[in-house]
This record gives sequence, C-alpha cells and structure tokens, in this order.
Amino acid sequence: MDQPRAYLDAAGRSPLHPAGRAALLAALDEGWADPGRLHHEGRRARLLIDQARAELAAALGCRTEELHLTANHTNSLRTAVAAVARGRRRVGSTVVVSAVERAALLVAAGAVDPALAPVPVDRAGRVDGPAWAAAVRAPGVVLGALQEANGEVGTRQPVELAHAAASGAGVPLLVDAGASLGHVPVGPHWDLLAADPGDWGGPSGVGVLAVRSRVRATPPGPPDEQPWSPGGVGVPAAVAAAAALTATLGDLTAAAARRRVLLDRVRAAAASVPDVDVVGDPHDSLPHVLTFSCLYVDGEALLSELDRRGFAVGSGSACTSSSLEPSHVLAAMGVLTHGNVRVALPRETTAEQVDAFCAALPEAVASVRRMLGVTGL
Amino acid sequence: MSATADAEPSLVVDARGLSCPLPIIRLARTSAGLPPGTLVAVRWTDPAARYDVPAWARMRGHEVVATETDVVDADPGMSGSGSGSAWVTTVRLG
Repeated sequence: MDQPRAYLDAAGRSPLHPAGRAALLAALDEGWADPGRLHHEGRRARLLIDQARAELAAALGCRTEELHLTANHTNSLRTAVAAVARGRRRVGSTVVVSAVERAALLVAAGAVDPALAPVPVDRAGRVDGPAWAAAVRAPGVVLGALQEANGEVGTRQPVELAHAAASGAGVPLLVDAGASLGHVPVGPHWDLLAADPGDWGGPSGVGVLAVRSRVRATPPGPPDEQPWSPGGVGVPAAVAAAAALTATLGDLTAAAARRRVLLDRVRAAAASVPDVDVVGDPHDSLPHVLTFSCLYVDGEALLSELDRRGFAVGSGSACTSSSLEPSHVLAAMGVLTHGNVRVALPRETTAEQVDAFCAALPEAVASVRRMLGVTGL
Repeated sequence: MSATADAEPSLVVDARGLSCPLPIIRLARTSAGLPPGTLVAVRWTDPAARYDVPAWARMRGHEVVATETDVVDADPGMSGSGSGSAWVTTVRLG
C-alpha cells in the first residue's frame, strides 16, 4: 500500500500509550500471579495492583478504597446503576438520565426504572440542564446519571450543575467519564464515576469505577471478596491502565490543544463538502471527537470507501450496525442519522494524517454519491 | 402536528421495505423540481426515516407537516419485515 494508514477511530479503543505498553509488558513478567495468594509471587502481584488502584484514585481525586477495577466500561456502568438501585431501593426506583447516555447505561437504568423518561438534548447534543435538575429533585429518585461529555459527538454536559442539583436533593450522581478522562480535565462533581482505560490509551479488558464512600450502594450478585468485580481483574491490564493515565494527564493540556487544532481542520474540511451536517458543539466539547452526516450517503459504503483509502473512522448510522436502529444520540439530537462519520483523533495523530484525510474526504463522499446516483439531488 | 395534516398530498412515495438512505433518496428524487408548497408524502418502515425525513427537510428548507401510522396494510411483498409498523410522513416543500 502506497499510503500509510491513519487510525482516526480512537473512541473507546485507542492505540496503547507507550507508557501503558511498557507497563503492560513489565507487569506481564512481574504480575502474572494471583494477587490473592500469600506467597512471594502472589504478594508481588498484589503490590502491583494496589499501586495501580492508588495511582488511579489519585488521578481521580478519591481514596484508594473508593476505586474499583471492573471487567470493562460497560460492566462499570451496569454495576454502578444496579448497586445504587439496590442500596437505595427504599427511596424509589426513578432514574434520571439524559437521552444521549451510553446505550449500556440506558439499558441498565431501564431495568431499574420501567418508566424511564430520558431528559431531552438540544441540536448540539447537550442535555436541558434545568430540566435534568428538575427531574432529579422529584420524589422517588434513586440515581441521577450524566455523562461528562458525549463520546459520539463530543459535546460536554453540564455536570457541575447536575451534581449541585442532585446533591441538593440527596441523590447520588453517576458520571460517565468514559469519553472524557484522559482528554479533558474531569472535576470532582460526581458521587460515582466510570472511566474507560481503552479510551485513554490503556489496554482493553479493564474498567474503572469510583464510588464515594458516602454513597449507599450494594453491588448485585452473591457475596464475593471483590463485590464490584467478582473474581477480580487482570493485574497487568490494571497496571498498564494506571501508567497510561498518569502519562496522559502529564501533558493533557498540550495534547488537547494540539488535537483541537487538527480537529478544526477536519471540521472545516467536512463543512466544505456539499450537503454535510457537522454536528455537536464546536467549542465546549472534547478536543478530539468530531461527527458529521452526509446527505444521501450510505454510512457503511462511506466507511468502506475511507477504509480503502487508508482511513479508519467510526459511524453512528444504522447501516453500519447490526441493528436497524440508528444511533440514539443522533436521533435525540434531531440530526441526520445516515451517512454518519465519527472522527476520534488518537493523541499521536499527525498533521500529515489529518491533512491527508481532509484531502481524501470530498472525493470519498462524491464517489459514494455517484455509486448511489444521487449527485445533484 | 397541525390541521393541515388532513390535506391530501399531491404525491406519495412508497419507501416501505427500503433502508437508509434510500427512503430519503426516493423522497428527494420525487420532490426535485416541484413548486414550493407542494405536499409530498413518504411511506416508510425503516426506523432511521423517523429522524432522517425531518433532518432532510430542515437541510432543504422544507417543512414536516405530520408523521402518522400508515393506515394501509403492509405491502404483501414485504415478507420478513414482520413488524407491520409502517408510517407516513407528509412534507410541505419550501
């Protein structure tokens, strides 16, 4: 292949950060043993995973005992919702969510609250803050949940406002920082926080769930020594997740600023293609995620066309998923759901890669439109 | 939506059984060159059309008049779509 490939689909699964990779390889040698055993090898693994938890807790600004490792991000969200619903079941069963939360969270919330009524978002994908706050103040609310930012369109959410409203009502707030941590500063405005190592350059196969000790929560399932993640998690993955996060936070501001400049080039290139709807908030948003929809374009065909030209991107179009339903995020925003492309720049993205993508995009869209015979419609 | 929902559309596009983006493409082809104010209806079964017809209308300066359950029985040729939930959306061209 003449042109090197550019991976621009870093949402939830980023290339390993070099610091994470080095830590993973070292921990494969040092931390392979069962940390529950009492011999030298077991204690060595125990030390490594305890250090990883302490490091992650410090990064989030919580205590080590409030920091739990889970199997993955989906697992974190499901467990968090179920644990609070169980711990606070006497309060009621209403869960307050935005319409653009991750599908795993909406499904978990729906299992607790059969009358779940997600709070709507505006055209940019931002939740109606006052409506969310009013909903959380109603009687019978067991849990409020709001993402720090939307991983599909990048728009950040009014988490500070939500936390103030929830705290005032005595309701714990679960913040999904799965798309944010490692990319933007994540504040202390949460009672439970879920974050995704795969998103910040850590390995897959481990999730992070922080639960303030003041939260009344009872993890579901039969008793286990590690109730938040029965059976525990792999030590090397945990060590690598922590090392990658520490390295990422070390130059967070610079990496964000650099990527925002590159992302603005993609935004301009996408907006210059005829009949393209660039969606999400252009300013108060993640520095690396941009989504746009191309009218009359088959999303799967466009993904394949870009892939053929050396660019890996994501999509929220129905025709790219196994279900017939398009992205619930795009649907809730009232924007075009077909022909959708999501660009998520990994932190190592170069200007050359972005410029090559910007140069290739108009022709990729045009060629799909020619295939469908919709030019000039 | 409004009382005009009862107005008879001049043209009806049958996009039942088609998946995205084909319903929108059919609708756009039929609407091309028609005078402003013309009512065009599209019958659809693809879930994405619920969002994409209004988004298309917004991008093109048209107005969605109404979306209603399609009262006509599902096309007998549509075996496999199963649900039988067909809808009709009426658009006033801008």
